[in-house]
Amino acid sequence: MSFMYEKLLGGKNGTVGFVLLATLILVVFPLALDGFRLNLVAKYLTYAFPAISLVLLWGYGGTLSLGQGIFFGLGGYGMAMFLKLEASSPENTAIQSTPGIPDFMDWNQLTALPWFWEPFNSFTFTLLAILIIPSVFAYLIGVAMFKRRVGGVYFAIITQVVSLILTVLIVGQQGYTGGINGITDLRTLHGWDITSDFAKNLFYFITCFLLLAVILMSRFILTSKFGRLLLAMRDKEDRVRFSGYDVANFKIFIFCFSAMISAIGGAMFTLSVGFMSPSFVGIVPSIEMVIFAAVGGRLSLIGAVYGCLLINFGKTAFSESFPELWLFLMGGLFIAVVMFFPNGLAGLWEDHSHHIKKRLGFITSLFSKNDTAAVAPKLEGSN
Amino acid sequence: MGGYTSSELMAIFAMQGFAGISLFSVLLLMALGLAIIFGQMGVINMAHGEFMAAGAYTTYLLSTVTETYFPGFMPYYFLVAIVAAFFVAAALGYLAEWALIRHLYKRPLDTLLATWGLSLIMQQAYRSIFGAREVSPALPDWLMGSYQPTDMIDIPLNGMFVLALTLLITGGVFYLMFKSSWGLKVRATTQNRVMSGAVGINTKKVDRLTFALGCGIAGVAGAAFTTIASTGPTTGTLYIVDTFMVVVFGGAASLLGTIASAFSIAQAQSILEFFISGSMAKVFTLLTLVVILMFKPEGLFASKVRR
Repeated sequence: MSFMYEKLLGGKNGTVGFVLLATLILVVFPLALDGFRLNLVAKYLTYAFPAISLVLLWGYGGTLSLGQGIFFGLGGYGMAMFLKLEASSPENTAIQSTPGIPDFMDWNQLTALPWFWEPFNSFTFTLLAILIIPSVFAYLIGVAMFKRRVGGVYFAIITQVVSLILTVLIVGQQGYTGGINGITDLRTLHGWDITSDFAKNLFYFITCFLLLAVILMSRFILTSKFGRLLLAMRDKEDRVRFSGYDVANFKIFIFCFSAMISAIGGAMFTLSVGFMSPSFVGIVPSIEMVIFAAVGGRLSLIGAVYGCLLINFGKTAFSESFPELWLFLMGGLFIAVVMFFPNGLAGLWEDHSHHIKKRLGFITSLFSKNDTAAVAPKLEGSN
Repeated sequence: MGGYTSSELMAIFAMQGFAGISLFSVLLLMALGLAIIFGQMGVINMAHGEFMAAGAYTTYLLSTVTETYFPGFMPYYFLVAIVAAFFVAAALGYLAEWALIRHLYKRPLDTLLATWGLSLIMQQAYRSIFGAREVSPALPDWLMGSYQPTDMIDIPLNGMFVLALTLLITGGVFYLMFKSSWGLKVRATTQNRVMSGAVGINTKKVDRLTFALGCGIAGVAGAAFTTIASTGPTTGTLYIVDTFMVVVFGGAASLLGTIASAFSIAQAQSILEFFISGSMAKVFTLLTLVVILMFKPEGLFASKVRR
């Protein structure tokens, strides 16, 4: 029990934060929001997966990846390919010149299913592919970069270029990928309608549970010895190396893990939203994922979720009424977070929670004992 | 490459080669500015493309003003516009360094986020001021037309002009960086900031001017860009990733490497574009670069500066 408490939840403060978040997304949102808004929240929560992956990789690992959109996209496209194949059964596509292949292939004069689409007929393969393909891809990039001690700025730029390449490739190869429109018109999963309200609600709860599980898993990693090494590497990489550790392998592992988390988010995105397109793969979404993590607090797993929710609620509210103002606000937010709140919302909470707690007199006794236990280390102009 | 005779192939290579030279010029001018800012100062300026757009919009404004009030001055305005583009972009850069960048020198990854925010703001400002539609200035007559050495080869004059401008600016940057006393200070500051400060170099002033110079060159790139394509609010973002690749591939602190890599990237892309689609040409070029960088992370010309 104490293992669970310390390792998975991160002590008293971590537990309180985790329970609050779980209550918010599992109880408050479903009760307070209608079906449409709840589906919107499901979409925002799928962005929290790559945001959490960036907390691990960037906040704790010190390696900024501008390519989390790659993995989010790979996961999302994997799921979309399976659903599209099911939606393109010969009966559904009888009016096409080649029945049984996805509609966009038919429009682009393809007459047979490309070989790499074939295995996505199997749901088991698809689920495995969503987890494994992004990790293998991350492994390849990671080995090539980290083994040669390429890091920091260069790693950021290279991952950004890779996400650009992937977007251009998806947009350019319309017949194989659905092009700029992406893979749309997804209807059923094993004959079960995924567009119904019940399905949408179910996907919301699945997303929530997966998200909470990912948070627990990430916390486990961070509180383990590996987590300490990760922090040590971020602050003084050479010392860790001189102590006999293979720094590159640790970085590769955390990069692969972050890729896998992002891919889960992508797959849930496809299920919740009902389509996948290259506009969730490229440079702009990848950087937005970084800002979610940064606003929430780059050292806080739970903060990343709040960062996601806050920015996306703001974006929806603003772009409905003042689309022009939104970009100014977003730009200003980037600058403000970097210049004034490098630890984001979580940092603000830490700095000011003491005052709040003092005012709430009777709760004080509950919190004050363990204040420093699970407080994430301060960021000190590192990288 | 079946279906083409050898003389046709020669013509294709020559024409695509010259088309590539326009791309080369813009990429090189962009990359020179970035190589100074990124290579010398270690700042990742994601807003670099927006400084280029600032130059392009300055040119557009000047052309509109000249056309309306001083039509007789039309043939010469472009030369003034280049200078104006430089100073406008440099002034914006000076301001950005003062307000933003100078606080972040110790956190290179954070400069990336902050300048991305800056680029969003600048893009939206362009959209609010100039509208979402792409604009292009009226070019003087002497930039129009083309030069035809043979029947099959057709070389546009604006490309030649931009190339000449690029060579001039490149020469100027080389002189500034390697022959002037200011360049000496910049290089000294890069190598050892503390020591440079100790021998009496005002490193903060050097930083600010270096950043302004890099942005100013981007502004000139913008002026040159208007002769090739029209300018929109998001024009800058289209080139920023390619420009970073040029700098990284060339070797961050090497100006010679920047030239070589701008040339090879622009030519590869332009010649490939004729045989396969534009998007696939871009994929191939970038993919090749990524693979090369995986084997040779320090770029074409390794820098001698310690990381």
